[in-house]
Amino acid sequence: MASLELKGVRKSFGSTAVLEDVSLTLEAREFIAFLGPSGSGKSTLLRIIAGLENADAGEVWLEGRRIDQLPPGERGVAMVFQHYALYPHMNVRENMAFGLKNARVPKAEIDRRIADAARVLEIEQLLDRKPGEMSGGQQQRVAIGRALVKEPKLFLLDEPLSNLDAALRLRTRVELAQLKQRVDAAVIMVTHDQAEAMTLADRIIVMNDRTIQQVGPPMTIYSRPANRFVAQFVGSPAMTLLAAELVPGGDCARLKIGDGTIVETAIARNRLPQDATLRLGLRPEAVRVGSRDAAATEATVELVERLGERTIVYARLSDGQAIIAEDNGDSRVKLGDKVRLIIDGAAAHVFDSQGTGYHGAVA
Amino acid sequence: MTSQRDWRGLLFVAPFLALYSVILIFPLLRGMWLSLYQVDLFGAGHFVGAGNYVRLAHDPIFGTSLLNTFEVALMIVPALTIFALLLALSLNRASGSAAIFRGIFFSSAVLSVTIVTLVWRFVLAPDAGLLGYLASALGLQPLPFLSDEHLVLPALAITTIWWSVGFPMLLFLAGLQQIPDEIYEAAALDNAGRWATFSHITVPSLRRTVVLVVMLQTAAQLQLFGQSQLLTAGGPSGASRTAVLFLFESAFGRWELGYASAAAEILFLIILAVTLTQYWATGRATAQSDAG
Repeated sequence: MASLELKGVRKSFGSTAVLEDVSLTLEAREFIAFLGPSGSGKSTLLRIIAGLENADAGEVWLEGRRIDQLPPGERGVAMVFQHYALYPHMNVRENMAFGLKNARVPKAEIDRRIADAARVLEIEQLLDRKPGEMSGGQQQRVAIGRALVKEPKLFLLDEPLSNLDAALRLRTRVELAQLKQRVDAAVIMVTHDQAEAMTLADRIIVMNDRTIQQVGPPMTIYSRPANRFVAQFVGSPAMTLLAAELVPGGDCARLKIGDGTIVETAIARNRLPQDATLRLGLRPEAVRVGSRDAAATEATVELVERLGERTIVYARLSDGQAIIAEDNGDSRVKLGDKVRLIIDGAAAHVFDSQGTGYHGAVA
Repeated sequence: MTSQRDWRGLLFVAPFLALYSVILIFPLLRGMWLSLYQVDLFGAGHFVGAGNYVRLAHDPIFGTSLLNTFEVALMIVPALTIFALLLALSLNRASGSAAIFRGIFFSSAVLSVTIVTLVWRFVLAPDAGLLGYLASALGLQPLPFLSDEHLVLPALAITTIWWSVGFPMLLFLAGLQQIPDEIYEAAALDNAGRWATFSHITVPSLRRTVVLVVMLQTAAQLQLFGQSQLLTAGGPSGASRTAVLFLFESAFGRWELGYASAAAEILFLIILAVTLTQYWATGRATAQSDAG
């Protein structure tokens, strides 16, 4: 059975529309990430599901029950807030027990659930502390614990890792992934961090500009972006987009970029709109820095980022267009160098003037 | 004070220190000194040691005035605190009408005690007052608020609450606005009803404000003076004479400055003791609840 279903959800604040006709179905026990920039409407959507905002139109269903008219506490959802929102005057045990007491769960059951959650999250030694006496990471665990003990049908995580330092964020990310295996519920996480979304989610919902841009598993989002926004938002560094024009001939589309180089893509020629202004999309790993004599296009290096296992090369083609390429970790490329770039046409993407993406056949 | 820098620092606080010394420290010490003398405005007076204090201990009028003070403070402080909190809760919203009502409820706080007592005289007077008129209209006997010794302290308390509610209300409003929305959202998701939210989220979050309001108001109401002097002049038969009114009468009615100073010292020590006790008690309560 479907876990969560959104049907035609709309929301405006005053005259500003923030969500337009959002529909979505979650599978049981699915981990979904709402990924998008600030102001894309993802947090509003989460709050509508939680009942903290009312949608102007549309329906929210959870496990076959319509919940959009229920108060937040009766929806069977639990939320982990960005700033944790722990009750400052209650200790950890009381924080976790509060919701259960309100729901009139028997005392023995409350104790059992708190003990279980505390063991899983390794916060047993913190149960008598107050939020003010704990680190951010510990408060985060308590906030997750408070959601866990409610045994909800759906977990809502609002930017759960954004307040943690880099090391703790990585650790918590791993723990969230492990936690996901334990809970018998669907999870929705709002994030603007694509690495979080890619590593944790079964499916990513990319949001921008009031609407869902693309829904799909992380690798599909990455390798077959539906449009220019998704292509540029997901992936770091961002995909290079070059103005290109279609060259006649062949089954697969061949595109000529500004400096005259012709790239042979794996995209069927007849799928592309014939007269449109096209853009060629290239992930850094599809553009390799090659040896001097390789048959390739030439570019001038403007910036080199050495990441250890690989090197990112920001370069400029002879016609002035910027391009991002990748080289080995031990690359000797330096600023101002003229390098030859080998473009892997089979991995190239094409976007039409509407921004719609076209990709080669799945390898 | 060894280096030059320390002296320069002292220069900055010197104006305040000078003012503080002249209008607070000096009168305090001077009052203590005066309380050991029998003195009026005209003579040098003579040293009586603890004489004034012994006399006060046996003065039934002073004793009654202290009891009246405690009684009226006990009527005012809890009621005022609760009333101010309820007002703040109902006016803690962004609407325009709430802003207007906040202004109205605060406006009484800017009035002088003279105006306040005048207003309440019009309300409380049994023959021509508002309450008397209402009682007559309902066919009831008007209550003689200002001339019945059992009703005069409640009348004083009501007047004071009406006058003083604005500032505590403001403190509670500030306290309410410090509570993050997220906490209330978390409570909503935790299925907390209105009462659970109020008693488990709002009230505990306002605890420091409550302590502040109670301490400030206790210290203020133990010094209640103007209302009692202007509304009833301490009457009927001393039933509304407060401690400060007693020492005012001693000092500026009978010109017994030493005796009045001794009464002032005792009141000072009482207020200090009450405030310190409250401080200690809330500190202990906080420590206990913090320890779980």
